[in-house]
Amino acid sequence: MSVDIKIVEEPKQPMTMNPKKFGMWLFMVTVFMVFAALSSAYIVRRAEGNWSYFELPALFWVNTVVILISSITLQWAYVSAKRDNLESVKIATIITAILGIGFMVGQYFAWADLVTNSIHLVGNPSGSFVYIISGLHGAHVLGGVIYLLILLSATQKGLVHSKSLNRIEMCATYWHFLGGLWLYLFLFLLLYR
Amino acid sequence: MATTATHHDIHHDTHADEHEHHEGNFWTNYIFSQDHKVIAKQFLITGIFWALLGGILSVIFRLQLGFPDASLEWLRPVLGGWITPDGKLNQEFYLALVTMHGTIMVFFVLTAGLSGTFSNFLIPLQIGARDMASGFLNMLSYWFFFTSSVIMFISLFISTGPAGGGWTIYPPLSALPQAISGSGLGMTMWLVAMALFIVSSLLGGINYITTIINMRTRGMSFTKMPLTIWAFFFTAIIGLLSFPVLFAAALLLIFDRSFGTSFYLSDIYIQGQALAHEGGSAILFQHLFWFLGHPEVYIVLLPALGISSEIIATNSRKPIFGYKAMIGSMLFIAILSFIVWAHHMFVTGMNPFLGSIFMLLTLIIAVPSAVKIFNYVTTLWRGNIRFTPGMLFSIGLVSFFLTGGITGIFLGNSAIDIQLHDTYFVVAHFHLVMGSASFFGMMAGVYHWFPKMFGRMMDHRLGAIHFWITFVGVYLVFFPLHYIGIAGFPRRYYSFTNFAFSSGFADLNMLVSVAAILTLAAQFIFLFNFFYSMFRGKLAPANPWNSNTLEWTTPRNPQHGNWPGEIPAVYRWPYDYSKPGAKEDFIPQNVPYSETPESNLPHENDQIKLESSGDSGSIVIGPKH
Ligand code: HEM
Ligand SMILES: [Cu+2]
Repeated sequence: MSVDIKIVEEPKQPMTMNPKKFGMWLFMVTVFMVFAALSSAYIVRRAEGNWSYFELPALFWVNTVVILISSITLQWAYVSAKRDNLESVKIATIITAILGIGFMVGQYFAWADLVTNSIHLVGNPSGSFVYIISGLHGAHVLGGVIYLLILLSATQKGLVHSKSLNRIEMCATYWHFLGGLWLYLFLFLLLYR
Repeated sequence: MATTATHHDIHHDTHADEHEHHEGNFWTNYIFSQDHKVIAKQFLITGIFWALLGGILSVIFRLQLGFPDASLEWLRPVLGGWITPDGKLNQEFYLALVTMHGTIMVFFVLTAGLSGTFSNFLIPLQIGARDMASGFLNMLSYWFFFTSSVIMFISLFISTGPAGGGWTIYPPLSALPQAISGSGLGMTMWLVAMALFIVSSLLGGINYITTIINMRTRGMSFTKMPLTIWAFFFTAIIGLLSFPVLFAAALLLIFDRSFGTSFYLSDIYIQGQALAHEGGSAILFQHLFWFLGHPEVYIVLLPALGISSEIIATNSRKPIFGYKAMIGSMLFIAILSFIVWAHHMFVTGMNPFLGSIFMLLTLIIAVPSAVKIFNYVTTLWRGNIRFTPGMLFSIGLVSFFLTGGITGIFLGNSAIDIQLHDTYFVVAHFHLVMGSASFFGMMAGVYHWFPKMFGRMMDHRLGAIHFWITFVGVYLVFFPLHYIGIAGFPRRYYSFTNFAFSSGFADLNMLVSVAAILTLAAQFIFLFNFFYSMFRGKLAPANPWNSNTLEWTTPRNPQHGNWPGEIPAVYRWPYDYSKPGAKEDFIPQNVPYSETPESNLPHENDQIKLESSGDSGSIVIGPKH
């Protein structure tokens, strides 16, 4: 076999990102689109008149603060993971999960306030929309809490540390997204009543 | 195989060896497989099943429309109670048939069957990846689709019948079970099935986009991607942005139906009784629905356009004309598709000024569409055309895209739409431009990639016969519907015999129905060819069409992981057909410029110098043996 060696130009490796993280961003796009659809439905419907006006439950303010704090605690978990301080990763994740559950419980009591205010799921769409939007967001928070628990068990197994941050990064991205989403929805409901 | 790579050769396929000799059992290989090629075939087979069923449903209601006086007693063994005692089709079941036909064709055949099959099959193979970004989510996507299919299928057999409010399920009809029997349990099952379907589409779409952006092989820059991949890419993005909106619309409808809310319902009286629903808006549903609905027609059409670009270039033995213009027009179409939805709502009492804005935006779509047709024709122009069945179907697609697209210009005019809205003119329009064009794209894809899917060739002659009968049949079915529509026949009517004006069109309607039966019958030629060739067809060579794209560099029956050795790198665009000076009339994408000095253009020679200057930017390739 004769060996004739050729020189060939080298093709470039295309720029890439971690596929899982990328997929997570796309997932958040779809979730956002659901809420974008609901809020534009809200605007369209409101523009048609016959729209009853009511005060949003004050508890929404408290819950907003809770979910924002939970973002901070999860960020604390992330920073601890970077420093390989696994004990605080666990503690911070647990606190975040508890705050997340607290948020959902708070939303439930906010609904109870609405009911005492005689705003029911069934009735003028202005009230129904609040239930649907906050309920659907709550369902995503429930998913987020489950995700936190999965992260916790991964930390327990030693899968989260400064050399392996993907899991906690993705979880944190999603959790911050849920917080931001609620902030958007709350402001939206406040501004367009 | 002796590609010895020096220095910088990046092995991003380190897990290749894990995959190569890996053999699972029957369940993991064929049923719960995570191999994109197997999942693609699962989508294809399920899609073919649905296409057949959807076609049969349409022929049943065509019988009713073409032969309103005939007795359908002979269908009783299949349809049972849906045939009335005097041998007629039940009127509400007619509506259910139309609804299920539309739903099946649009979503189950031309969304899942088309994108699901070809995005899954071609994306990893054409960009040079071992599999999708997430094989598991990909598998999940199929099984969500499967579950959705099962629920939709079962709904055909329940005693109140499947959903009957049209594939657009407008409330209040679809929201009130009291309205027609098809708004009862059948509608609930429709909604559940569609929710699962949306999840399946989104899982698929996320995977397609992630894979295209992140898993390309060395050298596969965006401007070297085949047009098929571009088309699948835009399709997935459109789906990702629009399906969640349908989900929101369906969610609110579910609450109206089952929990008593009034998002879409207001001031409704049934038999003199006012319903409790108060304050909803039926128009709201239409806005939400068509925000998905219009992009959906491009979700259906773009993959077919991408497939035909590839097939037409290959079989004309010419580079595609206007590669960048093709990408640009698809991008433009994708953007426009989100801002034209209200052309479906011109007659809802919309502000006429708003109507003219939507009219303008709609008509602009004609521009990128015309660019695409122009490019197809100029690619064909003076090519060495090979009339393979795939090529025939692709040319058929171009024809339907043109004839169907032209009537879109009529319908896009808010004033003319007052006359044409909800008539058979609309039925003719969308069957040509969306139904038939996409269906032909799907067929073209099956004929063209069958050798890679099953390692055997389909029969050419049967393919050509299938094409000609279907092509002529489709025009015979849908062209007359334009006249019937202009004459004033509304769609979704059970029968027209009570209207005197309709008698003049009875013959035409009969012709349409006969043509529909023949067209459906011709599909059995395809089915025979498909299944027979799968087991008995001629063995396919690795690259039967002398094509340039990467999938043809795999062995005859690619295993999980696609390439037995290293993944090939890409050096050139996919359309180097009949390049002047070249030894053969095609140069695959994985052939470096340095191996083809005879055909390189000056700037390509410069590129070799640029990229191999210095001792770090080059690969040494040993001899082939
Ligand atoms: C054998 C071929 C086909 C025939 C004979 C056929 C015939 C028909 C007819 C006559 C109607 C109108 C019925 C009515 O409004 O009363 C209809 C509706 C429809 N067809 Fe087809 N069709 C065929 C294939 C397809 C394909 C491939 C698609 C894919 C897009 C499709 C999508 C639809 C849709 C979306 C509707 C509207 C359903 C509704 O009004 O809710 N059809 N078909
Ligand atoms: Cu449209």
